[in-house]
Amino acid sequence: MAETIVSFIAACLLLLGCLFCVTGAVGMIRFPNFFARVHATSVTDSLGAGLILIGLALLSDSATPVFKLLFILLFTLITAPTAVHALTKAAMHAGSHTASPIEELPASDEGGPSSKH
Amino acid sequence: MRDLFAVIMLSGIYSLIAASLFITMDAADVAFTEAAVGAGVSTLLLLKTLALVDRHESTGPTRPGLAITVVIATGALLAYGTLDMHPFGETHTPSNDHIAAYYLENSIEDTGVPNVVTSILASYRGFDTLGELIVIFTAGIGVIVLLGQTGTSDSEIRPAMRQHLVLRVVSKILIPFIMLFAFYVQFHGEYGPGGGFQAGVIFASAVILYSILFGPEAARSVFSNATTRILAVSGVLLFACTGIVSMLKGKAFLDYSALAEDPVSGQLLGILLVELGVGITVAAVLIRVFLEFDERRWQPDDQRGQS
Amino acid sequence: MILGITIVAILAVMALAIFRAFIGPTLHDRILAVNLFGTKTVLLIAVFAFANDAMDLLDIAVVYALINFISVIGALQYFEERTEVEGRDG
Repeated sequence: MAETIVSFIAACLLLLGCLFCVTGAVGMIRFPNFFARVHATSVTDSLGAGLILIGLALLSDSATPVFKLLFILLFTLITAPTAVHALTKAAMHAGSHTASPIEELPASDEGGPSSKH
Repeated sequence: MRDLFAVIMLSGIYSLIAASLFITMDAADVAFTEAAVGAGVSTLLLLKTLALVDRHESTGPTRPGLAITVVIATGALLAYGTLDMHPFGETHTPSNDHIAAYYLENSIEDTGVPNVVTSILASYRGFDTLGELIVIFTAGIGVIVLLGQTGTSDSEIRPAMRQHLVLRVVSKILIPFIMLFAFYVQFHGEYGPGGGFQAGVIFASAVILYSILFGPEAARSVFSNATTRILAVSGVLLFACTGIVSMLKGKAFLDYSALAEDPVSGQLLGILLVELGVGITVAAVLIRVFLEFDERRWQPDDQRGQS
Repeated sequence: MILGITIVAILAVMALAIFRAFIGPTLHDRILAVNLFGTKTVLLIAVFAFANDAMDLLDIAVVYALINFISVIGALQYFEERTEVEGRDG
């Protein structure tokens, strides 16, 4: 009985994690602006990954996979936001310090007006 | 596609897809090495090379017809050659019936190591692995000789990355754990996926991360030219001398059962030493290669040729 | 079955990431997409290890998490140095 409850909770966590990941990816496609895309992706990515990994840890039988999954979780939670922070900082310095998107050569025009600032 | 940076990223993704393919075939060691080397160190070294040349490929061959014909012909011949092979996954093939069955049945009694890949790599086919190690060592020598001791050097934190304070702090915390993981992979390679090659690559990645963020001078203060040279050599020597000790004790070259009183513990000791040698050399060569590339600074076209 | 749904969802996210890597107008978009692809691959390997009950594959997930991080930092450094030397047209 306890096992079915635990598997049920694990299934819920896995589904929730998938939902967050897919939402984040859709946001990455649809948002008009680089910084908006970064925000959507990084937040949901970390959360979705965390939920999926915790759900998997609940599903495991022995202790070793749990430790490895916790290690992956810790590592992802530390490195993914750091990498995205570095990327955003680089993007901000590469472009002008406004919210408008950065251009790359050859000059391609970026759709989507940036918000008022 | 002329943008070489995009090509490098795509080749990283290609390595990753190959690693995933190996995972679906349940080949954990191979996937491990492919992920670590193909998607990791290869991409970094290619980026370092790209930093020294133009980013866009100059005009390609004007008549690709001959090249395409040769490629298609070779591919067709290879595909024709595979028609004679047994269907994928069939149980009674010559390789599965004889030698693979022998290894799978006798590996744990002969060598005491649960991971059959490690026992084949280090013990049954030790000569091959020694050859591979010498190839890696030769590549390191080639880079050292060709790229030499010249190049600019500045003794402060790399200016471009100076602004990334968060990144530097986080990496300083992470690098010891990455190295610890490299040691785990090295010594756990007998019981799970891993072994010398993978551990060497992971250790080198930790030092490469340090070098990217803090500059090659900082990395060289730990892994100076002399250090990497001596480490690379000592790895190969460790491997070869394990074999020679076996010879001196009366058995064949690289027959580890001569290393201890009991043949199985001799095999365990031999495999441990040999994998350690592999790990040390691979790490040292990769670190040295990356540091040699890293010291060079990219210069715009008009300044090239000076220093 | 739930693991199957998870695998399909992660594969969908990876496909979207590749799409963004191709069309992303700026360079940083592409690096972001590749980073996302990498973290999703880590999850894919972990879920796959559970689906096939081969716990050894979790080591590969750890390695790939590491490699993904280092590759993104490497790509970033390449562009920063190129921009610094060349001026604005990195």
